[in-house]
Amino acid sequence: MLSISNLNVSFGGVQALNLTHFELKDKELRVIIGPNGAGKSTFMDVLCGKTVPTGGSACFKGTNLIGKSEIEIARMGIGRKFQKPSVFEGLSVFDNLMLGLKGKKGCFSSLFFKLKPEQKNRIISVAKRVNLYEKLYAPAGSLSHGQKQWLEIAIVLLQEPKLMLIDEPAAGMSDAETEKTGELLCELAQNNGVIVIEHDMHFVKQIAQDKVTVLVRGEILTEGSFDEVKNNRDVIDCYLGTPESAQTRK
Amino acid sequence: MHNNKLLYILFGIIFLILLPVANVAGMIDAGTMALWGRYLCFAIAAIGIDLIWGYTGIMSMCHAFFFCLGAYGLGMFMTVSNLPEGQAVPDFMSWNRVESLPFFWIPFQNFFSAIVSCLVVTGIFAFLFGYFIFRRRIKGVFFAIITQAFALAMYLLFSRNETLLGGSNGLTNFKYILGFDLHSGNVKLALYLITAVFLILIFFLSKKLTESKFGKVLAGIRDSESRLRFTGYKVVSYQTVIFIIGALIAAIGGMLYLPQTGIITPGRMDVKASIEMLVWVALGGRGNLKGAVTGALIVNLLYNIFTSLMPEAWPYILGALYIITVLFLKNGIAGLFGSRSTPIRNS
Repeated sequence: MLSISNLNVSFGGVQALNLTHFELKDKELRVIIGPNGAGKSTFMDVLCGKTVPTGGSACFKGTNLIGKSEIEIARMGIGRKFQKPSVFEGLSVFDNLMLGLKGKKGCFSSLFFKLKPEQKNRIISVAKRVNLYEKLYAPAGSLSHGQKQWLEIAIVLLQEPKLMLIDEPAAGMSDAETEKTGELLCELAQNNGVIVIEHDMHFVKQIAQDKVTVLVRGEILTEGSFDEVKNNRDVIDCYLGTPESAQTRK
Repeated sequence: MHNNKLLYILFGIIFLILLPVANVAGMIDAGTMALWGRYLCFAIAAIGIDLIWGYTGIMSMCHAFFFCLGAYGLGMFMTVSNLPEGQAVPDFMSWNRVESLPFFWIPFQNFFSAIVSCLVVTGIFAFLFGYFIFRRRIKGVFFAIITQAFALAMYLLFSRNETLLGGSNGLTNFKYILGFDLHSGNVKLALYLITAVFLILIFFLSKKLTESKFGKVLAGIRDSESRLRFTGYKVVSYQTVIFIIGALIAAIGGMLYLPQTGIITPGRMDVKASIEMLVWVALGGRGNLKGAVTGALIVNLLYNIFTSLMPEAWPYILGALYIITVLFLKNGIAGLFGSRSTPIRNS
């Protein structure tokens, strides 16, 4: 579904990302972990068109994403949830979800847009899925941090993307909420490709069905199952910061 | 909802019935009617600002310029149609040794083509200006500063005699519009009523716009432009379209303003005028069309009162109003009554 080769990003001489190879299968849920500044969010920024890489290619279903605008990429079916929840605070939860709905998004069609009953049902069913049904008509600005995270996931979900990029979904959530988020992500991965960035190891353990990728200093340190990664000497060193680790080297 | 209806009815009774009846009965003179007519024109312009600023979050500081484009357009038509028999060009042109009407005056010789040209010219200006700035993703303070510079540039351009729009004296000395005597009380009343009807029409159309999905996208731009972009919306086109709509609304206000005031000068489009327009909307309540209308009417009423009582004090009062709004009335007067349609973020 997604294949990346020699992807390079540098900011003013500092190399933020240098991925020689990365592959995501259809309907795979991949978790990316790594210390601060490892380039995890930068990686997602490149995939959704926010950051232009210095070189390399990223092919999504055979089409190169590099050089495409955010809007084109979004319309190709890549949805992004940001680290800091970004929702439309002045609008009701319902309107937030309505804006997420897949469909025509031009000025003219928005002007004469009429919500179809099946679209309304879809919004309601998604709202129920993320526990926001009771809050449907509350302003999004009044939601708690965790609820905003869910709302943003729901907006992305309603776009019906084929690949979802989810950046730290569990930040600011209670344990129960985190677990529910994990279930939701696993469910989504049954039909779509999902890439999740996460720090919370319990959460990673819950959702890591297949592979976990460890990024350090913009490069892939290792890839493998959760247990493999957890017991990998290099990974432990990076997180604990021993002098020989890839994090402190260079 | 119920509350809203009551307000609309109240507004209708005061401005469509009470004031005109009082005028016909001789309790209010024609000059006061023309004054209120002008305030209603400002209220129309305020709706345009509210769409751009209150709903979409784009602070435009050249709104008065668009207002003036409308006023100048109709002014050109009236200048031409008021020319004495046998005179080909207005006086200020013959002083500049211009013997025939410049090409850009030609569409303004006829009333309907003048109105259409006004809207087209305003639309083109707003499009060129909006599109190229929005495409560069310039927003916030930077947008405000650029529009301010644009307003100043246009002010200077219109002040030049060589621009052939009357220089700093502007366009004035009108006696007739479509054969009606502008000094007659009945014509003044009619102009007032036309303005009031336009205000109500524009108000409800704008309200419909803000309640549509288009309007929600505008609020989305205000709250999280990037989220919108990553959801697949072409933010630039929405910004450009609302900027043009806002400008056109201002131009309509300007067109209605001219015959009731009888003069348009570049002074109406300087930066200060645009900032004053922002104050109306801020005071009335951003993101609330009722607020925009109320703000425009109240500030202008205060202006009228204070400039006759103590003219020097007006800038201070206006400044104080702005400070009070920023400090205590984040959602303006409309916010006081808890009737804001979309809450404004802290920013």
